[in-house]
Amino acid sequence: MLSPQTRLAPVSLHLLRSLSCLVKRVAEPEARTSAPRILLGLQHVVERGVAARVQAAGVSVALERVVSGPTATFAEGESCGLSPLTPAGGPHAIPPPTASARARRLTPLPGEANGPFQAGSHVALIKREGRRRGGSRCRCLRAGAGCWQSAAAREARGRRAGAGARARAGAAASVGGEHPGAAGVGAAAAMAVAVGRPSNEELRNLSLSGHVGFDSLPDQLVNKSTSQGFCFNILCVGETGIGKSTLMDTLFNTKFESDPATHNEPGVRLKARSYELQESNVRLKLTIVDTVGFGDQINKDDSYKPIVEYIDAQFEAYLQEELKIKRSLFNYHDTRIHACLYFIAPTGHSLKSLDLVTMKKLDSKVNIIPIIAKADTIAKNELHKFKSKIMSELVSNGVQIYQFPTDEETVAEINATMSVHLPFAVVGSTEEVKIGNKMAKARQYPWGVVQVENENHCDFVKLREMLIRVNMEDLREQTHTRHYELYRRCKLEEMGFKDTDPDSKPFSLQETYEAKRNEFLGELQKKEEEMRQMFVMRVKEKEAELKEAEKELHEKFDLLKRTHQEEKKKVEDKKKELEEEVNNFQKKKAAAQLLQSQAQQSGAQQTKKDKDKKNASFT
Amino acid sequence: MDPLRQSASPCSSRPSSPKTPPCEMLGYVGIEAVLDQLKIKAMKMGFEFNIMVVGQSGLGKSTMLNTLFKSKVWKCTLPGLAMPTPQTLQLKSVTHVIEEKGVKLKLTVTDTPGFGDQINNDKCWNPILGYINEQYERYLQEEILITRQRHIPDTRVHCCVYFVPPTGHCLRPLDIEFLQRLCRTVNVVPVIARADSLTLEEREAFRRRIQHNLRTHCIEVYPQKCFDEDINDRILNSKIRDRIPFAVVGADRQHLVNGRCVLGRKTKWGIIEGQGRWTGPEVWLCLAVENMAHCEFPLLRDLLIRSHLQDLKDITHNVHYENYRVCRLNESHVLPHGPCWVNLAPTPPGPSVAPGPSKACTQAREDSDDN
Repeated sequence: MLSPQTRLAPVSLHLLRSLSCLVKRVAEPEARTSAPRILLGLQHVVERGVAARVQAAGVSVALERVVSGPTATFAEGESCGLSPLTPAGGPHAIPPPTASARARRLTPLPGEANGPFQAGSHVALIKREGRRRGGSRCRCLRAGAGCWQSAAAREARGRRAGAGARARAGAAASVGGEHPGAAGVGAAAAMAVAVGRPSNEELRNLSLSGHVGFDSLPDQLVNKSTSQGFCFNILCVGETGIGKSTLMDTLFNTKFESDPATHNEPGVRLKARSYELQESNVRLKLTIVDTVGFGDQINKDDSYKPIVEYIDAQFEAYLQEELKIKRSLFNYHDTRIHACLYFIAPTGHSLKSLDLVTMKKLDSKVNIIPIIAKADTIAKNELHKFKSKIMSELVSNGVQIYQFPTDEETVAEINATMSVHLPFAVVGSTEEVKIGNKMAKARQYPWGVVQVENENHCDFVKLREMLIRVNMEDLREQTHTRHYELYRRCKLEEMGFKDTDPDSKPFSLQETYEAKRNEFLGELQKKEEEMRQMFVMRVKEKEAELKEAEKELHEKFDLLKRTHQEEKKKVEDKKKELEEEVNNFQKKKAAAQLLQSQAQQSGAQQTKKDKDKKNASFT
Repeated sequence: MDPLRQSASPCSSRPSSPKTPPCEMLGYVGIEAVLDQLKIKAMKMGFEFNIMVVGQSGLGKSTMLNTLFKSKVWKCTLPGLAMPTPQTLQLKSVTHVIEEKGVKLKLTVTDTPGFGDQINNDKCWNPILGYINEQYERYLQEEILITRQRHIPDTRVHCCVYFVPPTGHCLRPLDIEFLQRLCRTVNVVPVIARADSLTLEEREAFRRRIQHNLRTHCIEVYPQKCFDEDINDRILNSKIRDRIPFAVVGADRQHLVNGRCVLGRKTKWGIIEGQGRWTGPEVWLCLAVENMAHCEFPLLRDLLIRSHLQDLKDITHNVHYENYRVCRLNESHVLPHGPCWVNLAPTPPGPSVAPGPSKACTQAREDSDDN
């Protein structure tokens, strides 16, 4: 019994091919007559193989059996590295191996023979072809009936994903489904022998011997994204009245409230509105950005600037969030513009110069999808000419509009056919008109009805397909991986960061950042010093001033005090004088009174005398 | 393409933040086609998954990996082969590309031979922590380049499966130390290895004791309670949390049992599966790995691969990597030059968002200083 560590030496492809062909011939009953010669041939080959240092135990064992036992051994379908050659090539289950057979098993991991994946029919022998450093080329060889050619053909075709043979081995394993009756990719190549030294750098393809279950990964991913919700931001650039809001309403089958803009705007400004839409279990956060006042001014030189600034501002916001230390990118509301619908006026001649200039400025920042608005005013033959004129002008001016991706098989075809019709000539309408016995979105004219969703009338359906149903994810991806990265690179280089310094030794962003930070801090410190010094100086000045003032005050105070003293003295003097006068007066008064009293007395005496005299005289 | 208006499709307006008014759509627009676009893109790009297995030698790590991915992911070391146990802990990685039904998965498996094998196992987790942080560092360096690649190769360890030896008692100090340190840096899924040496009752008791230990030491293993987003997640994850750690048995051989081919281990004792007769030692019986009654390997496989693989990657990217980044950008010393980031001194596990003793940061710093 082979232990898993036993390495199979490289067996040459040629040897195996010859072996298989010979074995095939032996199995056919008719060839039994020529068996001895063939067997001899086999032996010969084996010897050659042995001479070539083949230690493939499995191979030699098989041949041993061929030589010794009857051909019936093949019917047993022993797992000796070569599967039973059933002419039908249908699934042939390997019967449960007996103990003896187990001894010859190449690997301890046989396929689930009776499992749901009919592994039994294909026993792959993976051999390594030594290439370069004991290499990594695997070939999944199926020694089943008719498998040789297909395997080789498949290898010749080569497949996507991975480099060279790795892909082929994986592809051969994955193409198990192509073989009739074999379901389940991984189980198809059952007898996988992954040998070789495991190394850190080598990528090898492993074949699975059963259903592991990670094919549910895309579903897991989708479920996660669904629970998070999606973001989509559209920028509509076009003149006032060209039908931007109507088109948005028509596209998303709803009425976003908005009032029509006037023509009197002094400059271009951008108005962004967000809405939440939900369809079955998909939540979409839709942001529609309108350019209000575009093309209305007399001087339109700077019309594009607000638009470019807005787009840059969204990138900047994302970049800031990304550069933060504590960031939360997974629930960040992404406002970067994913698609820019550029509305071209249906003049029928060519692009206006304003359009050219604006588109040239925007093409490296956003995915531009040009559309011809109000296409019901252009006749069919004119439309064709108009479209080709526009595209040729765009090409000759080097404007990079959004290319619908053609590398994915599922969408390449539809994208290619749709690209031919660029720019899409659309008609928008939210009103419904009765056509036949159904209501449809249309515009009613006296001379007819233009149906919005009729592909003969306009390209609205194509636009909706391309924008929403087929390429929404690609638009988001392009925005993130191309436009945003470009912006980020330019911005960081502008700030002075580089990936490699002049000595072409790789820089780390952080180092530069640190250096700048230190510089900045140093500057800050210097400024702080300066300010502090200024402050000190000012304080000193103020102090001096205050001292001066204080001195003055003191002086004033002294002066006042002195004055006050003097006044006081004066007043006291005056008081003294006054008192003296009062005293004098009192004395005089006293004297006067005395005199008066004396006079009175004498007077009274006199009168009494007089009276007495009178009286006397009477008497 | 629906040319004409259909009846109102099941689209509704959700209550949403005041800034984004919900809108009723009057017909089918086709927004849900974005899911298909996502799927196509994902299948084209392929997926990556990095898993690390940690445990003492002889616990069946390599076998478990082979069983999980049903292929020879890792060569098993058979006893008797002249392979000496490594003197120090080594980390060996191998990368495979496996494909199933069109879905390509680049699987990187990291093994840690020599873990816990020495006499003195002090600080044997440091190389592992260093490796994990190294991968974060690598990613970070790629991310902060000026001109960076479209798709940064993701080598960060998404899941670490820790093998607990089936002593039947409780977690050993080595286990506790290791789990404490690692649960903050990476998603850890502990499993009881070689569970065929425990009966069902012993398994349950062991499991309860381990859960109790984990709770006591505040070890948050995957799925972490704090990252449950909504009620459905919580219900689902509680069921899983109830069964952690899974008692698993690894087997990569197929045996014939009653005419069926099963993956399992064949031994010579006991009761025959399904017949209830014991006819003596000549009779072989088989422990089928995929049989839920025998061991919980299917639960582990479902958790890791079929249902929570994307979740593991998301938590690694959104939580553990961000924690590392915060820690790293905050410390302004030791700045490596660009891609020459090889600095295997164990960087401190960052202060994490998840609840847990936050002294690990300073403690690890002390450790690194000691080193």
